[in-house]
Formats: sequence, structure tokens, C-alpha cells
Amino acid sequence: MQYTAAAPEITADRGLSSRSWSRAFGDLRAGWQQRRLWGHLGWQDIRQGYRRSVIGPLWITISLGVQALGMGLLYAALFGQPIAFFLPYLAVGLIIWQFMASCINEGAEVFIRNEGLIKHLPAPLSVHVFRLVWRQLLFFGHNVLVWVALVLIFRTHLGWGSLMAFPALAVIVLNGAWVAVLIGIIATRYRDIPPVTTSVVTLMFFMTPIVWNYQDLISKGGPGAERARLAELNPFLHFVEILRRPMIGQSFEPRHWVVTLAITVVGWAAALLILRNYRARVSYWV
Amino acid sequence: MVSIDVRGACVNFPIFDAKTRSLKKALLGTVGRAGGKIGMDAKVPVIEALRDITLSLRHGDRVGLIGHNGAGKSTLLRLLSGIYEPTMGVSRIVGKVAPVFDLGVGMDPEISGYENIIIRGLFLGMTRKQMEARTEEIAEFSELGDYLSMPLRTYSTGMRVRLALGVVTSIDPEILLLDEGIGAVDAAFLEKARERLTALVERSGILVFASHSDEFLIELCSSGLWLDHGQIREQGDLREVLSHYKGKDPYENLSPEALSRVAEATR
Repeated sequence: MQYTAAAPEITADRGLSSRSWSRAFGDLRAGWQQRRLWGHLGWQDIRQGYRRSVIGPLWITISLGVQALGMGLLYAALFGQPIAFFLPYLAVGLIIWQFMASCINEGAEVFIRNEGLIKHLPAPLSVHVFRLVWRQLLFFGHNVLVWVALVLIFRTHLGWGSLMAFPALAVIVLNGAWVAVLIGIIATRYRDIPPVTTSVVTLMFFMTPIVWNYQDLISKGGPGAERARLAELNPFLHFVEILRRPMIGQSFEPRHWVVTLAITVVGWAAALLILRNYRARVSYWV
Repeated sequence: MVSIDVRGACVNFPIFDAKTRSLKKALLGTVGRAGGKIGMDAKVPVIEALRDITLSLRHGDRVGLIGHNGAGKSTLLRLLSGIYEPTMGVSRIVGKVAPVFDLGVGMDPEISGYENIIIRGLFLGMTRKQMEARTEEIAEFSELGDYLSMPLRTYSTGMRVRLALGVVTSIDPEILLLDEGIGAVDAAFLEKARERLTALVERSGILVFASHSDEFLIELCSSGLWLDHGQIREQGDLREVLSHYKGKDPYENLSPEALSRVAEATR
């Protein structure tokens, strides 16, 4: 598996068995050492999509902006929400959702799509995962310009608490990575997984308070409030909230952090276990 | 120290068809049987691509892989590169591996020749700087000139092969694994490539080269490994192994130029 000049020390301490923790961690470590490669490829992926267009990747920003504006104007009127609150709320929700949804949907195909590379070049599996997450992070960076514009237009009040957006983003990125490892490996073996994840993710978009405001529904009371409370059981809500709250100037809410950090730990444990047991099988399965 | 040690390695491919690959089948299959857990893979047909491979290579070894189509040459190269980890037995590879199996892999048709040089180099374990330093040399070798700033999709097949060959032969590998298919270029260019290939082999610590061309094998390799039905049939001096495989001395059929090159190389 020695693929870069920087990697050989991994051989020394790795066990001979394919199924060992040291080789699972070794894969992640070697993948991280290859960050020039996936860093470059991630950029490449973005530029690729817009290679011959005049404004290039700015289309990413524009398409999200148009989506947020269109949906925002409609739903603000439907739900009777003030535009100045609702537009940034919706836009940030969409940006976060796009990142999470892509990590899951593309994560399911992360190894299947890279069959050629996996079969021809000995690279750690994590290289493909890091490339995927990095690409999504770059998309996120483009989309976040929409949020910047909205904050300036509506003079959204942001305080020091808004800095929590950085650790929140880090948590979301960490989760995107384990999801891609876990679902990616399982989906390589069982090809029914990608369509399943796609439909589940689509469904979850509507179950997660992005176009609707669950706190508003709860405060209104009635049967709608009870349904809205159920949204708390949806893990996606907590991931959206840890990042959205600081970005639209809302207060810190510890329970979202507790849930997301717990999921991060459990998710990585599961992903590492799968990586340990089936890492070496992926090149046979693709 | 560069080394390859393989002991009793087997490579078995599970063959999933649409049915066995689905989760439903796996779940129903195991639910139906009370008690003992039956490995899902047990019901999947398996192709034994390699069986009981034992070999040990050290710095300076130049091994030619011979065998019929489907004998397992490519699979063995992938085992030695670490792409496949053996399903049974052990393999231990120490060193920077440069596998050259498919000249096209890692090439992107939409980006320019220059960018492709960098990317392909990164894939082969080089750094960006190292590749930038080599671009000029690759440009000269591939004779592509200004075409290098054009997207790869505008290249002819021959031009692509030249570019890929230029990149591949510019690297400094510790373990070089070559699969044949280094053809599709005009004769004059192949002469040029031959020099670069020989120089590349001299730079690398270990070479394993799978080919059907006696001439190339004799020129680049010193020992031979004959694979038959996924097993090692014979291992030893290249001339001997080749003679047994072909049933005649391969040196008889070589052209005088090839013989003089070989004499030069082995001197």
C-alpha cells in the first residue's frame, strides 16, 4: 500500500492481517497525508462542472441564491413569517442541507464511482472520502456567499456567539466523513443502498425544519405543535441547528450540541469498525 | 529497504450477480436459517484468480511475468501493488509502488495536458513540485509542444499514449509494476520510449513486468516467473523459464539489433 514517499513508516507498525485496527487507522492517516492529491482533485471536480461557462463556479452561488429567494418569498407568505428573518433562515438551512445531503448521497457511491482508480492505483480508501467531503466543503464555501449577502441586506444581528458556527461546521464535516466511509463501503457490497439513501434523504428534507420553522409551530400550540415537537427526534434537525443558530444570530442551545457530538462519536465508531473489517474487501467488490 | 514478500497468498473474487448483491437476498438468506450463522459470501460463486503464491523480491530484482491470457498476471501485479490484499496468506510490501497498468487511468479529458501531467504524477506518489520540474522534459519527450495547453480530449489516441508514457517514465519508483499494453504508438516513438523505459527500470529498485513480448522481457528482466491457472509454474532464470514456456530458446527468434541491445544491457 505504500503509495507516497511519506507513507512507508506505516508498513513497519501495521499488522500482517488485513483486518486490524492499525490498518484501518493507517488508511485514514495515509489518506490525510495525500491531501495534496485530493485537495487538487476536489477543486478539479468543481471546476470541471463549469469548465466552459463564463462565470464558472459562481453558478453554484447563483443557483442557491435563486432557490432560496424563490422558496423564501413563497413560504414566508404561506407561513406568515417576516422576510427579514425567514430568508436568511431558509438560505442557511438550504446551504447546510445541501452539504449533508450530498455527503450522504454521493457517499453511497464514493467507491463505486471510483472503481477505475481503486483498481489501478493503490491509494488509501480515505482519499476518495476526503476528496468528496472537501468538494462539498468547497460547494459550501460558494453557497455561503448567499448568506453573506443576506446578512448585509437584512442587517441580521450577529454577536460573538456567531463564532460557534466554526466548531459547528467542523462537527458537520466530521460527520460527513464517517457517513461516506460507512455508507460507501456498505453500498459497494450491496448495490441497493444508493437508491435507498437517495429517497430517504429526499424524505428527510421535508421532515427537517428548513422550509418550515418548528419553534414557531410549537409556540403557536395546537396539534401542529405536537407534530413539530416530534422533529426533535430527527437527528438532522440538530445538525442544522448547531450551525444555523449562530449564522442567523440565535442563541446557543446546548442540547443540539449534545446530540450531534454523541452522533459523531457513535458514527465514527461504527465507520471505523466497518473500515477495519471490510477495507481490504472494497477493491474486490467494486 | 525495498522488498516484497508474499507467502501462500490467494486471491479469490466473489462474483456477485444482481441477485446475490442485493441486501434483500442476504437478509432473507440468513433469516431463513435458524441458529448457525452462515457467511453470506459462502453462497457467492468465487473465482480463484491466484492460488498459493509465494515469492520474495529484493532490491535489484527484475522479474518478467509470463503466462497465457487469464493466467493471473494482472491480478498478481495488483496483489504486489497492494490494491488487492490476499484473501488467504500474507503479503508485505515495503517501498513506494508505481503501478503502470493502464496508461489512461487518472487522466482527465477536460483538462489540459499540463494539468494532467501534474495529476497523473500525484497519483503515482510524486509531489506537485517534482512534477513541475519534469514538465519540460515530458513535453520534449512526448513531442506535444503547444498541444500541452489544450484539453486532453482534443488529443488523438497516439498523443494520449505519448503523454501518459512520458509521465509514467519520468517518475522515480522504488517498486515498478508494469503491465503490457504499452503499444499503440508509432515505431520511431517506441524506440524513444524504449530508452526511457530502460532508464526508468534502472532507476527503480524492483521491477515486475508482465508481457507477451520476448524481446521486451529479455531486455528489461533477468528472472522469470511463469504463471499458469493462478499458480506459479516455474520461477528462475528468465531464459530458462521462457524456454520451458515456449518450448524453444527465445534467443533464437530475436532480431540482431535486439540481441546487441541485450548484450549491451547485460554487460
